[in-house]
Amino acid sequence: MPAIASRTRSFVPPKSFRTITEAAPVRWTLIAIGVGFLVLFLLMPLIAIFYEAFKKGAQLYLATFSDPYAIDAIKLTLTVAAISVPLNLVFGLAAAWAITKFTFRGKSLLVTVLDLPFAVSPVIAGLVFVLIFSTTHGWFAEPLKAGDLRIIFALPGIAIATIFITLPFIARELIPVMQAQGRDEELAALTLGAGGWRTFFHVTLPNVKWGLFYGVVLCNARAMGEFGAVAVVSGNIKGKTSTMPLYIETLYMEYQTVSAFSLATVLSILALVTLLLKNFIEWRSAKAARH
Amino acid sequence: MSIEAKNIHKTFGDYNALDDVSLEVPDGKLVSLLGPSGSGKTTLLRILAGLEYPDPEKNSRVLFHGEDVTDVAPGKRGVGFVFQHYALFRHMTVEKNISFGLRALPRDKRPSADEVRRRVNRLLELVQLDGLNRRLPSELSGGQRQRVALARALAVQPRVLLLDEPFGALDAKVRKDLRRWLRTFQEEIKITTIFVTHDQEEALELADEVVVMNNARIEQVGTPQQVYDRPSSPFVIEFLGNVNRFRAGLGTPSDDSKGVLYVRPHDVEIEAAGASEHEYAMQARVLHVFSAGNYGRVALERLGTHEQFEAEVSRERLRQLHITSGDVVTVVFRHVRLFDHGRYTEGEVRHGRLVPYDIA
Repeated sequence: MPAIASRTRSFVPPKSFRTITEAAPVRWTLIAIGVGFLVLFLLMPLIAIFYEAFKKGAQLYLATFSDPYAIDAIKLTLTVAAISVPLNLVFGLAAAWAITKFTFRGKSLLVTVLDLPFAVSPVIAGLVFVLIFSTTHGWFAEPLKAGDLRIIFALPGIAIATIFITLPFIARELIPVMQAQGRDEELAALTLGAGGWRTFFHVTLPNVKWGLFYGVVLCNARAMGEFGAVAVVSGNIKGKTSTMPLYIETLYMEYQTVSAFSLATVLSILALVTLLLKNFIEWRSAKAARH
Repeated sequence: MSIEAKNIHKTFGDYNALDDVSLEVPDGKLVSLLGPSGSGKTTLLRILAGLEYPDPEKNSRVLFHGEDVTDVAPGKRGVGFVFQHYALFRHMTVEKNISFGLRALPRDKRPSADEVRRRVNRLLELVQLDGLNRRLPSELSGGQRQRVALARALAVQPRVLLLDEPFGALDAKVRKDLRRWLRTFQEEIKITTIFVTHDQEEALELADEVVVMNNARIEQVGTPQQVYDRPSSPFVIEFLGNVNRFRAGLGTPSDDSKGVLYVRPHDVEIEAAGASEHEYAMQARVLHVFSAGNYGRVALERLGTHEQFEAEVSRERLRQLHITSGDVVTVVFRHVRLFDHGRYTEGEVRHGRLVPYDIA
């Protein structure tokens, strides 16, 4: 099999192949539409963010980051990511493992449910958690009140909503990778006397590390950027439950445009770094696949 | 070490993969499980390895050297298993791949790092890959990967070697070389070995004993010569090599036999029309002559019944015959086999009749 694969990879189509399908005007039109959309809808907003942030000079830009509320928002966002990403890492690995390596009843249901956070509006997701965990009218209102536990309008609620929203990212990245690799290497480890943990850490994990890393990067980006669900469960209390995206909105509503856009650059840089990492990972795993 | 499988049953849902299969493999033998895909051969191999469990309610047993290992985990059975697509650990070097089993041993049984290195080098020598310690699997050819897989399986000093279609993913030339190599190798280290294949040529060339499987059952067990020369069923004769198949008898007036008649292409002799009229089996029309290859092949169509069949003749004979498509020739069957409702007769054809051999 690998012998065949390497042979097909070394096949380079002759130059005439590349243009044989469409005439030049068709090609240029398609390229123009594609590039035009990208500039209009992706590149321009990005430039606008940085333009607005630096419009009144670097001094004012930097001043944003000495605002104690902004620092609190950044801290809260980092805390939420630090809670939700590791939990989703464990869940993603377990779910991808179960889906790709075993057959069990309810497997297709699990695969479907996994996509639920993509399908449900984040605001609805937030409302559902309010409904469940609210201390005044939630399902668990009594025990929560008795134990003096706050979930909604507090860090746990924000973390729960974020975990829900970012649930599919890691599993979705891992499933195709694990599916492509099959079970043979794990079975080989088994016949060689390795136990489950050894097999996992020495065989399975190294094989999926790039997919996993990419999943984590995406999951993290979304965890830091989530607005809708978090807005509903957090109550958006400045300095307490206001995450970066929420605080950006608050600033904007208060006509503090420069501060809002300055903080937005942090999230934008995160997005750009994510894209760079994505490209780096794809390059790395393509290199690994070539081997 | 001897291997014994007793009354193995295995179903996957509604699908019957193995139906009461029993098999004994004596110590030190090289045995091939031969059959078409879906015959259950790989499932049987995996059950022997412990990678698959037989149906629990049927009292299927696997014994190694008389000891029941049915419920023993694969890692504790002392089997070396080689997968069809090698299943090498892709991110580990050749060295790490081979030493994996040694490094996975419990601490008190694990050899020292020096000892591990020595053993790896010895194994690499054994599989003729010395010096490739630091390569990644991706930097090796298919044949080399297969040998690394073999070395990895042997590193834990298994009592039994199980190979699943070991040459299936290799191209024809490498396959042939590796096959010969494995034969000598197995004779050297004398380890009981079972390999699965769907390639009859491979099974006949390599194995001490061939187990022919079909439809979740074993059809026949025997030496390569036994299964080729004394096939126990129409399936075996059809699966092992090319064979011409004729319904009913020979079609000549004096012939009254029914059933299915088999003639190997190399047992078909072609003569010019009318050459030996009193002993001929039948007349046939030449459809095609294939003269490229080690021997000539002639596609023929029997006059009257339009049954098509094939003859293998030496290239020299083909030149002498001087036949082309459309010619009518006389065909003599040197050796035929007749399966008639479970009764098996073997013999030659004389005067349009099947004359059985005197099988002592």
